[in-house]
Amino acid sequence: MQLEYFLLIAAALFCIGIYGLITSRNAVRVLMSIELMLNAVNLNLMGFSNYLDPTAIKGQVFTVFVITVAAAEAAVGLAIILAIYRNRETIDMEQFNLLKW
Amino acid sequence: MNLAEGVQIVSFGILAVMILTAALGVVLLSNIVHSAFLLAGVFLSISGLYLLLNADFVAAAQILIYVGAVNVLILFAIMLVNKQEDFSKIPGSLFRKVATGVVCLGLFALLGTMVLVTPWALDSTSPAVIENTIIALGEHFFSDFLLPFELASVLLLMAMVGAIILARRDLIPEVSETTDTVTTSLTLPERPRELSSIGNVGENN
Repeated sequence: MQLEYFLLIAAALFCIGIYGLITSRNAVRVLMSIELMLNAVNLNLMGFSNYLDPTAIKGQVFTVFVITVAAAEAAVGLAIILAIYRNRETIDMEQFNLLKW
Repeated sequence: MNLAEGVQIVSFGILAVMILTAALGVVLLSNIVHSAFLLAGVFLSISGLYLLLNADFVAAAQILIYVGAVNVLILFAIMLVNKQEDFSKIPGSLFRKVATGVVCLGLFALLGTMVLVTPWALDSTSPAVIENTIIALGEHFFSDFLLPFELASVLLLMAMVGAIILARRDLIPEVSETTDTVTTSLTLPERPRELSSIGNVGENN
């Protein structure tokens, strides 16, 4: 097993997350794509932690912090989507144009 | 991890295929409930990769937090905003998808060449892995990462309060005109939006 395998699969997961983030029109699916990207970053951190720093596992500490921030982000993001859905009666990302001139 | 090399390779291959197919399903499937369940598959497979990377505590935390909390939260959000709307066509959406796919493939090619070209300073001198990662993580959390650890708890508190404030319904500006309805002291002063939309509130009073 090598480090490059994990980094490559993390890069693929990140690119899939970016594709879903840009092209999906359902707002909940956008949040799911953001979770995919955060998991790709976590996978990078864990790979570096295991292969470059196996004695002091600081990458795992950072992964726990990223998981915490991701949980908070998911809660706040879904609450924001719920509030927008109450106001606009839609979850289409193309119709959230309040801040567009 | 004291598995044989072949076992590690095979399990990594299976987990990689599961991750990539499930992630593509999350992005590309049209039914969003199927996407949410495939997202749970992605999280479980990533937890398996963490086990291959000698991180048992983070793998357990990944299952607990992502599958147990975040995915259930996403399923509840899908249930709460479950409106089967067919999105109106916008001009140039096919071009947009193709361009995004090309950009993402280019980014993956860039990252892949960077990963393969860079000579990583692999730490091959210390093959001894940590026996108990929970103790090592706890020492990190309470010695040199104490301030971020406490800040994470404050962040979680702020996120919880903010999510509750964002997701609750609007306050009623005047409460005095509904005097005949039974108001207990335990109810929050919120507008009963779903009840008024049903329409049988008027017959009760």
